[in-house]
Amino acid sequence: MSIEIAGISKNFGAFHALNDINLNIPSGELVALLGPSGCGKTTLLRIVAGLETPDQGKILFNGVEATQRDVRERHVGFVFQHYALFRHMTVFDNIAFGLTVKPKKSRPGKAEIRDKVFSLLKLIQVEHLAYHYPAQLSGGQRQRVALARALAVEPEVLLLDEPFGALDAKVRIELRRWLRRLHDEIHVTSVFVTHDQEEALEVADRIVVMNEGKIEQQGTPSEVYDHPATPFVFDFLGNVNLFRCRVHEGMAEMGGVDLPAPGHSASQHLPAVGYVRSHDIEIERTPGSEGAIAAEVRYILSVGPLVRVDLSLSGNNDSIEVDLPRDVADRLRLQVGEHVFARPRKMRFFSEDYQI
Amino acid sequence: MQIGKGFNKAGRARTSNVSEPAAVRIVLILVALGFLALFLVLPLAAVFSEALDKGWQAYLEALREPDTISAIRLTLLTAAFCVPLNLFFGIVAAWAIAKFSFPGKSLLVTLIDLPFSVSPVVSGLIYVLIFGLQGWLGPWLQEHDIKIIFAIPGIVLATIFVTFPFVARELIPLMESQGRDEEEAALTLGASGLQTFLRVTFPNIKWGVIYGVILCNARAMGEFGAVSVVSGHIRGATNTIPLQVEILYNEYNYAAAFAVASLLALLALVTLAIKTVSEWKMRQVLATTETER
Repeated sequence: MSIEIAGISKNFGAFHALNDINLNIPSGELVALLGPSGCGKTTLLRIVAGLETPDQGKILFNGVEATQRDVRERHVGFVFQHYALFRHMTVFDNIAFGLTVKPKKSRPGKAEIRDKVFSLLKLIQVEHLAYHYPAQLSGGQRQRVALARALAVEPEVLLLDEPFGALDAKVRIELRRWLRRLHDEIHVTSVFVTHDQEEALEVADRIVVMNEGKIEQQGTPSEVYDHPATPFVFDFLGNVNLFRCRVHEGMAEMGGVDLPAPGHSASQHLPAVGYVRSHDIEIERTPGSEGAIAAEVRYILSVGPLVRVDLSLSGNNDSIEVDLPRDVADRLRLQVGEHVFARPRKMRFFSEDYQI
Repeated sequence: MQIGKGFNKAGRARTSNVSEPAAVRIVLILVALGFLALFLVLPLAAVFSEALDKGWQAYLEALREPDTISAIRLTLLTAAFCVPLNLFFGIVAAWAIAKFSFPGKSLLVTLIDLPFSVSPVVSGLIYVLIFGLQGWLGPWLQEHDIKIIFAIPGIVLATIFVTFPFVARELIPLMESQGRDEEEAALTLGASGLQTFLRVTFPNIKWGVIYGVILCNARAMGEFGAVSVVSGHIRGATNTIPLQVEILYNEYNYAAAFAVASLLALLALVTLAIKTVSEWKMRQVLATTETER
């Protein structure tokens, strides 16, 4: 089922949670709503589910208006951040709940419900826990049960609110890969909310980046990562360094170094900020190539497979972070206090009327 | 979970390292126990010993006296009206307060506490002012031959007023701690409002409801002040157990007074037992809430 979100606005008192949101989610896609907390992503999800009413705008399912439709009639599966399992029911009863509350006419028989629940238990790989209570399960198991419970009623849309937010790092990665595989199997239109860019980049077909109640950018993971449309998206996806500079006729000037700034050919001495990801900077000992900025090594820190080098720019003492692959760092053998040259590989310039 | 464990460890560390000297601890415990014995256990024992002063035969006879039986019957009747009504109002009010935000919510919370903060005598007088012969509705009621004050309806009304907060007060924190997630999950799974209440909300608050109900019941049966004002003390007709105890006592019929009073004391003991069990069960529910968060 496709979802169309048209002109949705929502205020909580004086707080503008959502501001004229327009979004199309084609049938069968797995979409991530990504943004910092308070950006309105959960509110948007709850409006799609019918748990919240928008102040303005429309929700269309398969092109049919559903804004006034009751939660029960929307046929959405909703997975909550804190699982929201019925704590007084066993895993079996939790998953069967949606089937047993159906009106008599459409309610499946006992044996049918049983088969359905056990096939779902098998899908989520916890058949042996059918008669356990939620309190006896681990976080990852609970969230899978919550997912099975939502899938039991065969929803046309699956909505997940920070589904992995309450889990520890390792389980989170396992579960999100599992969710991706599951989606490849069952192809139900899914929207999940997250503040974890890594999660969104890894799992989603499409990412919608939100900030302060507005959509900043939407696209495939590689589109939003490689071609961020705004400074916010650049900053939110990955580690980023900021260079203060001026753009003038297609060139950016910072501390005596000129770098090409495509897209700014008409600018005349405009203050701007250059954005570059920390792994898109090379460190060299000699100024060699063009566009290398003189800097001094401040700290060196090993972070797993990477080595993080903290540099202070000689021009203005701004500090930047550089992530080097371990083999590169091993070859360089950098010393604290050493004078080096930093050469940004990819830099994007946003003139100052863009604010972060 | 993690934090909880940490606290436990810290707690244990405190008893062993940072505790008061043994002598201080023993004195404190003895003072507390002594106080308890003097003001709670002793009176309770006195009630039963006075009641049985003239033997079992006299005890049972005192209870079999027609006026006493009528008082017991009226007390049970009052509770039978009050408890279900306040159970219903209590759940509705707690539900509204804990799960929704609406204008006037804090006013409602304050109003629920009103019966606790007002003297029961005043509660009784309110009804006399409204329904009494000189009251607002008095003339109209007399015209239509409806008796409320100095009759059973007045007693029931006054008791409902006094016992109103018990169920709601018990449920509000419990329901607030459980949040709306489970109900919302039930709704998205297609459950109706009633199904959601019966199958999700109620099982979670069951022990809180029982706790509130027994407290409400104990107070409904034991209420003296408010009932005394509206009852009119008509023997065999508008006397409840507490009023009957007072009358017997004023007539120097100590053994009978204490015999009837012992019924209330027994009620208190049963209430206490059920209360302990439901408190324990409620803590378990809260504990599972916490591990799930």
